[in-house]
Amino acid sequence: MSESESILRGHFRDMPQQRDASSLGMWVFLATEVMFFGGLFLTYTVNRAAYPAIFAQASRQLDVTLGATNTAVLICSSMTMAMAVYFSQKGKRTALVISLLLTMGLGLVFLTIKGMEYAEKFRHHLVPGYNFQYAPASAGPAQLYFSLYFGLTGLHALHMIIGLGILTAVLIEALRGRYTPEYSTPVELSGLYWHFVDIIWIYLFPLLYLIDLHR
Amino acid sequence: MSNPSQQSDHIVPPKVYAAVFLTLLLFTFITYKVAFVDLGEWNVVVALLIAFFKSTLVALFFMHVYYSRRRTSVVVLSALVWLFFLIFITMSDYLTRHWLY
Repeated sequence: MSESESILRGHFRDMPQQRDASSLGMWVFLATEVMFFGGLFLTYTVNRAAYPAIFAQASRQLDVTLGATNTAVLICSSMTMAMAVYFSQKGKRTALVISLLLTMGLGLVFLTIKGMEYAEKFRHHLVPGYNFQYAPASAGPAQLYFSLYFGLTGLHALHMIIGLGILTAVLIEALRGRYTPEYSTPVELSGLYWHFVDIIWIYLFPLLYLIDLHR
Repeated sequence: MSNPSQQSDHIVPPKVYAAVFLTLLLFTFITYKVAFVDLGEWNVVVALLIAFFKSTLVALFFMHVYYSRRRTSVVVLSALVWLFFLIFITMSDYLTRHWLY
């Protein structure tokens, strides 16, 4: 009995079919994630349309340099994740492990920078429901902006943390030498998830930090 | 059925990944710089177009949609269509209320 036969589940005809089914399932899950984040993006759009001036002013309280740095960090982590998939398909275990470690390291850098930004918001009394202080005339909508800021980036950060958990599991299996050119589906699917979280940030960065900088 | 062209695990050359990676960094820099230029209402449009371009690159190459079966594209497009309904129908309400009152 060869390695690939033991990995193939009984209800699949062959490895390509099994891989195809797994990949389709992951994509359907990501489609539901689009809906999940979509509701929050929509809430942001509706409220920004309702209070354009106050949202613009509130958005300029964010640190654009840290936001841009984090965007670059996530893009780098997507690159190392893509390389992890490549090395797993090529059956290069050491390179796979290094790529996974780099990806997780960059994910931690992202979360650390995000944490520094959050700490700054706490210091500047910009956390709704905790210590929010703002010019009284615009406090209501500004609080809405920061609620959406924490909601959107918090949900994104939660996805990053879950992603780190998934990559930890993949890393352990990679160290055990479980992935071969015949069987690298878990690495590929974790990659899809990681890139998806990157895509969410690609929209969050301009919408939260950038679009009102020029005013 | 296991014709290589139909498999979803196409091995993408690192050169392609590197080209996509550099393009993503370049457009992050561009979107950052453009944000400081006053284009009025067009700042949002330009920022979202760049974001859409970047996310398309990620999906096509990092996520292998370009090399996958057409069925994968159908799932991706259906997600975008639902997102469009969600935003379009809601905003067509919110943005036109003052026409009536």
